[in-house]
Amino acid sequence: MPKKVSTKNPRPVGDESPRSVGDESPRSVGYEIPSPIGESVTRIDAHEKVTGAAIFADDIQFGPNLLFARIVRSPHPHALIKKIDASQALALPGVKAVATGADFPGYLGLYLQDRHIFCRDRARYIGDPVAGVAAVTEEIADQAAALIKVEYEPLPPVFDPEYGISPEAPLLHPRLGEYQVANFIFPEPGTNICNHFKIRKGDVDEAFKKCTAIVERKYHVPQIQHVPIETHVVVARADEGDHLTIWASSQSPFAQRDLIAKGLGISQSKIQVIAPYVGGGFGSKAGVSMEALAVAIALKVKGRPVKLRLTREEEFYTAFVRQSLVGYFKMGCDKDGNMLAIDNRYYWDGGAYTEYGVNMTRAAGYSGSGPYDVPNVRIDSYCVYTNHPVTGPMRGFGMPELHAALEQCTDELAHEIGMDPVEFRLKNCVRSGDIIATGMKMHPIGLTECIEKASKAIEWDKKSKPSAPNKKRGKGIAIMWKAPAMPPNAGSSAYVKLNEDATVSVNIGGQELGQGTFTVMAQIAAAALGVPFDTVKVSTPIDTKYSPYEWQTVASRLTWSMGNAVRAAALDARKQILELVAASWGEDPGNLDIKNGTVISYKSEEQISLYNIVIYGIPLPNDQGWLGGPITGRGNFMPTYVTGLDKETGQGARAVVHYTTGCQAVEVEVDTDTGKVDVVRAVAAFDVGKAINPEMVRSQMEGGMVQGLSTAFFEALQLKNGVLTNPSFVDYRIATSTDAPSDIQAIIVEVPQDDGPWGARGIGEHAMVPTIPAVANAIFDAVGVRAGNPPYSAEKVYLAMLDAGIVK
Amino acid sequence: MSMHKINLTVNGSKEQVDVPSNWTLLQMLREKLAVTGTKNGCSAGECGACTVMLNGEPVNSCMVLAVECDGAVVTTVEGLAQDGKLDPVQEEIIKAGGVQCGFCTPGVLISARALLNRNPHPTEFQIRDALVGNLCRCTGYVRIIEAVKNAAQRSV
Repeated sequence: MPKKVSTKNPRPVGDESPRSVGDESPRSVGYEIPSPIGESVTRIDAHEKVTGAAIFADDIQFGPNLLFARIVRSPHPHALIKKIDASQALALPGVKAVATGADFPGYLGLYLQDRHIFCRDRARYIGDPVAGVAAVTEEIADQAAALIKVEYEPLPPVFDPEYGISPEAPLLHPRLGEYQVANFIFPEPGTNICNHFKIRKGDVDEAFKKCTAIVERKYHVPQIQHVPIETHVVVARADEGDHLTIWASSQSPFAQRDLIAKGLGISQSKIQVIAPYVGGGFGSKAGVSMEALAVAIALKVKGRPVKLRLTREEEFYTAFVRQSLVGYFKMGCDKDGNMLAIDNRYYWDGGAYTEYGVNMTRAAGYSGSGPYDVPNVRIDSYCVYTNHPVTGPMRGFGMPELHAALEQCTDELAHEIGMDPVEFRLKNCVRSGDIIATGMKMHPIGLTECIEKASKAIEWDKKSKPSAPNKKRGKGIAIMWKAPAMPPNAGSSAYVKLNEDATVSVNIGGQELGQGTFTVMAQIAAAALGVPFDTVKVSTPIDTKYSPYEWQTVASRLTWSMGNAVRAAALDARKQILELVAASWGEDPGNLDIKNGTVISYKSEEQISLYNIVIYGIPLPNDQGWLGGPITGRGNFMPTYVTGLDKETGQGARAVVHYTTGCQAVEVEVDTDTGKVDVVRAVAAFDVGKAINPEMVRSQMEGGMVQGLSTAFFEALQLKNGVLTNPSFVDYRIATSTDAPSDIQAIIVEVPQDDGPWGARGIGEHAMVPTIPAVANAIFDAVGVRAGNPPYSAEKVYLAMLDAGIVK
Repeated sequence: MSMHKINLTVNGSKEQVDVPSNWTLLQMLREKLAVTGTKNGCSAGECGACTVMLNGEPVNSCMVLAVECDGAVVTTVEGLAQDGKLDPVQEEIIKAGGVQCGFCTPGVLISARALLNRNPHPTEFQIRDALVGNLCRCTGYVRIIEAVKNAAQRSV
């Protein structure tokens, strides 16, 4: 039985603060932060992950009725499909179905419906799915796929976004004008421009005339891939009764249900998506990339589950990749170092289909000034169709690509004007209350605190000794901002149910990708209800049939948005419990509280545990009946204040829900004989509003830093004439245990978000945004050169030093 | 493809399995024996998600043929805990916060256990070197390395 708990009221008499713990508004922060908010509790999924018990999509057991799918893909970057002959494949024993685009005329897409499940009249990238086959073994499926004959008529391709928008370029999507499109995306039919976002603020041309220093640069940031260690995997089963079940490694079960339903022209409730643990997402498993392929094949073999798992090779180029950026940057400042004007043009290589990619273009557009307070801004951000792999969301959503270039330009501008780079950032960075490039007023943020703490931690003013005579050391800093990029009405919901044993089941639609969301939601529910953390469980797997709606697990939005919904649901349950017990005790619910799983009265000092009463209610005296019933709390959250942005000027009152800002600083050592760059130490400082679980927040900062360093030194998809020439770990290197710096400091800054749970906002993506420019700026500090476009391989750095005459 | 009957011990348990000659140890574990803790990340011996101990040595099980394992002793992540008590590497990786998505974790734990078995007091460099074949995309490795250090300290 629970021990007697203190009935001392923690809220002093006369507290008129509207922000109390029991306040039902999700906007309250709470002057007393209840446990376990702010505590680094152990992850609730750790035990099953270290014992091998955790179930991922490929671990689910199906039995002998399982079929294996293989996809036949276009070998041409751009081609008409003349004929598909699957007769030999279908004749092979063990082959149960072949699916092609002929049977699936519907369009799929999140922001722009521009792709079919299988190609219909033409293929638009090497890897574009043309046919699918299901067979009883993987071997037979492989053989069958090889027997499917496709006749193509190659068409002239587009491999570069600047060429893509020129009048000479072939039109890759002639029907662009007919596609369904979200009202905040602006395609230009009759061209390859699938989105054009503009900012027109002030008068950049006049402002440049007043600039003492101007930096003008072109950068090309290459495509990269998310490289989740678990490749994409989906199992689909179509029942005779027209219900579709999908098991997938998915960040977004509800979005998948929605997009696939629309693509098939059926109602969302006919589809059930079940999503177990995800072995790494980083955006690749958001939206729909390959999942609909298994659905289409499954529809041809009703009753039998069909599994499609991407090979590592396919993972590199046939799901989602991060788009590449060709960017032209021009910025200027006056003699005192005040940035006066920014004039940037971004040409995004959107790939063959940009149903998701168009929004990265938009996000990079409205955040295109970088985290700076600049009065005159002109941005043109173009998303261009090319015959390259399909681009989709990747951690940072346009911000890493943008900052990779932009933060090197600001660094150059600082040097031009003779100002210390840290001082330059502090002088010009965006602050609370500033009007940013879209006309939105910036909410309270701690960016300056991040810069100050990061530069102090890296000992910015101190020069440290290199480890050998042929080595040079340098320090670099870069700042960032990012807002969740999503439709204005992306919603979260949650319900909380209590069990006889006083445990709490939290039901959510958001996914655990490793970022720790299940743990954080359990913390939020425990805190809002007043129960011990270890009595709270999160119901898994996420299943669209039973779980409450969640837009997607993307945008670093869950702690904030879903956290609000969970908090509201827990407070709703709390309210029901307090009303029940108050009725039983003849008291005012306002005098009651729940502490450690026990309901207490501050007035009468009565106590009762949650056992049983949350299901069976409380009996009235003298056998006169019962009070209460099974307790279920519900809550939701959807931002209501995001406004549109003008199509011509990009101006609007509230472009986004909020920004997370931050800073990274690195110290590097460059080997002047080889160009190899070692990271001596790294510092990250981000304003997360409120760290619900500080160690997990630091883990995001560390993981993001290393992933960022990996992109800074190693990563680029080497596309040649549309062919991905490095689709394996041998040639696409990612950071290993020997590459991680031994000294990474993760600093948490907390300037509360007014509508986040206890002030929290996101961190997941931001942690890898400023890394490339921090490294490039540090290399410049060390050896006085910039090595052009990332990744900064030893060869590139060495050749840059050679070109500059620093080495012979 | 011919079938072969092989006998082996997996996590202390005797198994007799019929496998096609071209199947890997990874396939046999996951698809014949339903021991799914060990993961497939690349099928090419590059990512380490499939790491198991084969006769005490850490191997990429996607690069070992099942038929090579006749008479072998195999330990997977499921075999690290003894009688419900977690191995020190498992306990320490939880405490250090070195688990995020968990997909690389089984392979990492085997590599770590194999390292400490042959070198109970490794230097940081030796730890990094032993783990270089286990790719992780989430953690940045810092807490994994910390965990292995702490596990090593426990056997002082």
